[in-house]
Amino acid sequence: MMQRRTRATGAGGFRAAVLATLAALSMAAASLPAAAEEPLKIGFGMAETGPLAGTGKSALLAMTIWAEDVNAKGGLLGRQVKLIHYDDQSNPANVPALYAKLIDLDKVDLIISGYATPIIASTIPIAMQHDMVLMGFFGLANNAKFKYDKYFGIFPAGEKPALAIMQPFFDAAMTLNPKPKTVAAVYPEMEFGQSIKNGVKTAAAAAGLQTVYDQGFPPSMTDLTTVVRQIQATNPDIVAIGTQPGQSIAIVRAINEVGLKAKIVGGGMTGLQTTDAEGLLGEQLNGFVNFNIWLPAPKMQYPGVMDFVKRYQERAKAAGVDPIGYYAAPWAYAELQVLGQAVEATKSTAGDKLGPYIHATTFKTIIGDVKFGESGEWAQPRMLAAQFQNVKGNDIEQFKGTDKVVVVSPAEYKSGELLSFEDARR
Amino acid sequence: MTITYPLLVNAVIAGLLMGGFYAALSVGATVAFGLLDIVNIAHPTFAVVGAYAVLVLNRAFNIDPILCGLLLTPIFYGAGMLLYQLYHHFFERRGDDAMRGLAFFFGLMFIAEVAMIMLFGVDFRYVHAPYITTTWNFGAVALPLRLAVPFAGSILMLLALELYLKKTFIGRAIVAVAQDPFALRLVAVSPVRIKRIAFGIACASAALAGAFIIVIEPLQPAVGREFIGRVFAICVFGGLGSLPGTIVAAVSLGLVENLSTIFIGASWSPAVAFGVLLATLAWRPSGLFGRS
Amino acid sequence: MTNWRFVAAAAGFAAIVFGIAAWLNIDYLFFAGYVVLQYVVLASAWNILGGYTGYMNLGVSAFFALGAYTTVALEIAWKLPLPATIPAAAIVSGLVGIGMGYLTLRLKGIFFAIATLALAVVTETFITNWDYVGGSSGAYLLHPKRGPWFGSYIEYLFLLMLIVAAVAVVVARAVERSWLGYGFTAIRDDETAAEATGVPTLRLKLIATGLSGALMGMAGAPLPYYVSFLEPASTFNLSYAVNTIAMAMIGGTTTWLGPLIGAVLLATVQQVATVTISSEINLMVVGVLLVGFAMLAPNGIVGLLRRRPRP
Repeated sequence: MMQRRTRATGAGGFRAAVLATLAALSMAAASLPAAAEEPLKIGFGMAETGPLAGTGKSALLAMTIWAEDVNAKGGLLGRQVKLIHYDDQSNPANVPALYAKLIDLDKVDLIISGYATPIIASTIPIAMQHDMVLMGFFGLANNAKFKYDKYFGIFPAGEKPALAIMQPFFDAAMTLNPKPKTVAAVYPEMEFGQSIKNGVKTAAAAAGLQTVYDQGFPPSMTDLTTVVRQIQATNPDIVAIGTQPGQSIAIVRAINEVGLKAKIVGGGMTGLQTTDAEGLLGEQLNGFVNFNIWLPAPKMQYPGVMDFVKRYQERAKAAGVDPIGYYAAPWAYAELQVLGQAVEATKSTAGDKLGPYIHATTFKTIIGDVKFGESGEWAQPRMLAAQFQNVKGNDIEQFKGTDKVVVVSPAEYKSGELLSFEDARR
Repeated sequence: MTITYPLLVNAVIAGLLMGGFYAALSVGATVAFGLLDIVNIAHPTFAVVGAYAVLVLNRAFNIDPILCGLLLTPIFYGAGMLLYQLYHHFFERRGDDAMRGLAFFFGLMFIAEVAMIMLFGVDFRYVHAPYITTTWNFGAVALPLRLAVPFAGSILMLLALELYLKKTFIGRAIVAVAQDPFALRLVAVSPVRIKRIAFGIACASAALAGAFIIVIEPLQPAVGREFIGRVFAICVFGGLGSLPGTIVAAVSLGLVENLSTIFIGASWSPAVAFGVLLATLAWRPSGLFGRS
Repeated sequence: MTNWRFVAAAAGFAAIVFGIAAWLNIDYLFFAGYVVLQYVVLASAWNILGGYTGYMNLGVSAFFALGAYTTVALEIAWKLPLPATIPAAAIVSGLVGIGMGYLTLRLKGIFFAIATLALAVVTETFITNWDYVGGSSGAYLLHPKRGPWFGSYIEYLFLLMLIVAAVAVVVARAVERSWLGYGFTAIRDDETAAEATGVPTLRLKLIATGLSGALMGMAGAPLPYYVSFLEPASTFNLSYAVNTIAMAMIGGTTTWLGPLIGAVLLATVQQVATVTISSEINLMVVGVLLVGFAMLAPNGIVGLLRRRPRP
């Protein structure tokens, strides 16, 4: 009995193994595409599922609009632009294979990154391997370790991103009267949180503030009321928060429930800039001062941006993405503008021509002038701090204007005055 | 870090309230697993499906979300019974292999999650109800209704279930079928029918648990995964099939999570919660209230 | 086929696979192939404890991630290269496996599974708080463009993983056919009876957990170089456990061949789906296959292929 089973497994089993391998290889072969064609192909992975998908899909729509705009004007270098993208599932482990397919098999001419720091971190080595220019979308200090001369980050945070995010917040805080003396820092135990923690430390030291609370929490923690109470127990003047979208919502709710009292609250809370969060939290947002990268404030209406936003908003609802789109969409469009302009100017898609050109040029895009420093990040940071004021109810239309999300810092972009946290919540 | 009285009291309250919610989420798994020997690892995901169903009803008819959950229980009950028939046909009749059943429910979990992603997208969804943003304050003690109302709902649901299992004929038959299915036949009751009803009830509880989820936090399809560990930890910790055990285990978990946050720091709290679980299992392999 | 002949056959087969891949020299195949091979190791390793012995391990990611972080730690401390860190990872994950075996001595079935899940959470929390390997900020591991002898670096990683996969399959088969395998089967069928007839269940369970853990650690060891940026959140992802279990079950859990077939098939389908249709389909495929096989083909593909012994 045993022997027969063994023999059966032996012969039939080996056959099965060979068949399986052949099947696998042929399936892999089936995914090889036809020979390269005319269009100018731009390849990338983007988060269409997973935690990063909210922003990822919004960015994707903006990029699609850019490709259509460019093609309507004749394309790049006389060729129609084609975007080839795959879902990286918000998981950096998927990046290597995905880009290998894009570069080796789909034979794309240019690559750009997916969304967020960990994804970009896995993409840079691939760009380095192939000596290609890489535009990085919304990454914090990705190039610090790699020092790749063909990486360019589209995020107005510059070389010290955590500091750049928190600086306008602290600048605004120090305009309060009387001056704040103490600061509490709270952030999730993840890479983003650590950056924020360091940014707060630097900014607080520069402003001469004393840190009374500095702790992380597990990213999966859903109920943050206990954490907020701990913060309250230390009675800080400033509460500096760095959170990712789900946690941002949780902590705003927790702060409301606990009734946190402080002079100024906010800082680096991602996700609050999107319509989802704004609609969900409504009045609970009043008083929060959060970082922002672009708002339709009077001093920020660069040529082309309001038109783009309008066209984006028309298609957003159908595409199931952020309907207002002030956060990611204009930047995704601008990212491709930079790349497209560089390609046209150098008449090439080669990394060693594009790289030096992009380093040397100031680009005009729908989000204003873009100039890169030596590290590939923005030469000059341009982060904003904006306060939610006078939000009533949960209607999302009110967030389209500039009177509920008021830019309070830096001074050159201000559209209103900072209120203390308690005043704003009366 | 000084532990002040208000901090401690409120941490305890938050722990209790979340514990109640965890209990509501786990009771379906406890019933399925403890009384029917069905390892329904997809139960938290069923609750998420319930949450989306509540969302749809709430948006369409403007009914209170918890009421929506209640209205959905008959549908989930029916679906649960159908699911049990399928499970019985393919798994129970063939004999005992918990792993096949587990694989079946794992698969269902993914199918459900993908279906929700395709239907609703990955953005956070939410409902509105007046109590979600209200907090009652009693001096230093704050009672957020967002947590308190689901807690009350959970307690009611668990009480109702316990009464049902103790007082009604079918309820007692359900407990009996776990102990001795053959004896049940002797009193002319079909064990299969009883198990079907029991599993239906377990799934019905997912509808209500789903309503609680969407009241407590914003909803997105993968949120079920955050709860798998906790739900089964509670099942195991509380002793399978014991409703009082489920409540004690759930509340203990909530308390440990919150108290370890203030005493050790939030970043260690998952390790503490699950570390306690591991230690308990090492000491009492069938859980605190379980029958060995 | 005796063990040594099988080892030779496995080595030969692996050499052929590598030869074809090297001749084609398409980086994408190396990248995608690496993932497929990684799952061959994970599925074969899981099956030693799960299929042979009947203990379902849901904490796959813990052993896998420990292997990856061993590489990181050794690289930071002593700049050890991969061929050294892979065995080290095996030792670390193996020891943790034995430790888990001790902790879960009296647990069976779902209780054991939940304990493994708890272990994964505890491990993740420790790594997240361990700043030496980057903690929650993550660790960067830069690799050279070329491999040490020839070809691109990814070709080198592919080769390493191919060797590890061959080792895993050989070990799984050797275990299956040895006294260990019979002991495991006895435990799976009826542990109490096995104990009563003198099977050393404690020792066997520790061997199973240790061996399974060690192999999973080896699967994780090259990961930091593959992704260049390692962070706890994605490394401890539950999907590693789910995919591994699915592959073993779909392939067939009673023999070494099952996980191999299951991993090759399912991992390849996933890789293809990611770059063709969409990746939601990915999850859906795993789900549908799991449900289908659980219902209709409980012994997996191996069960379907195996000719029934004639009466």
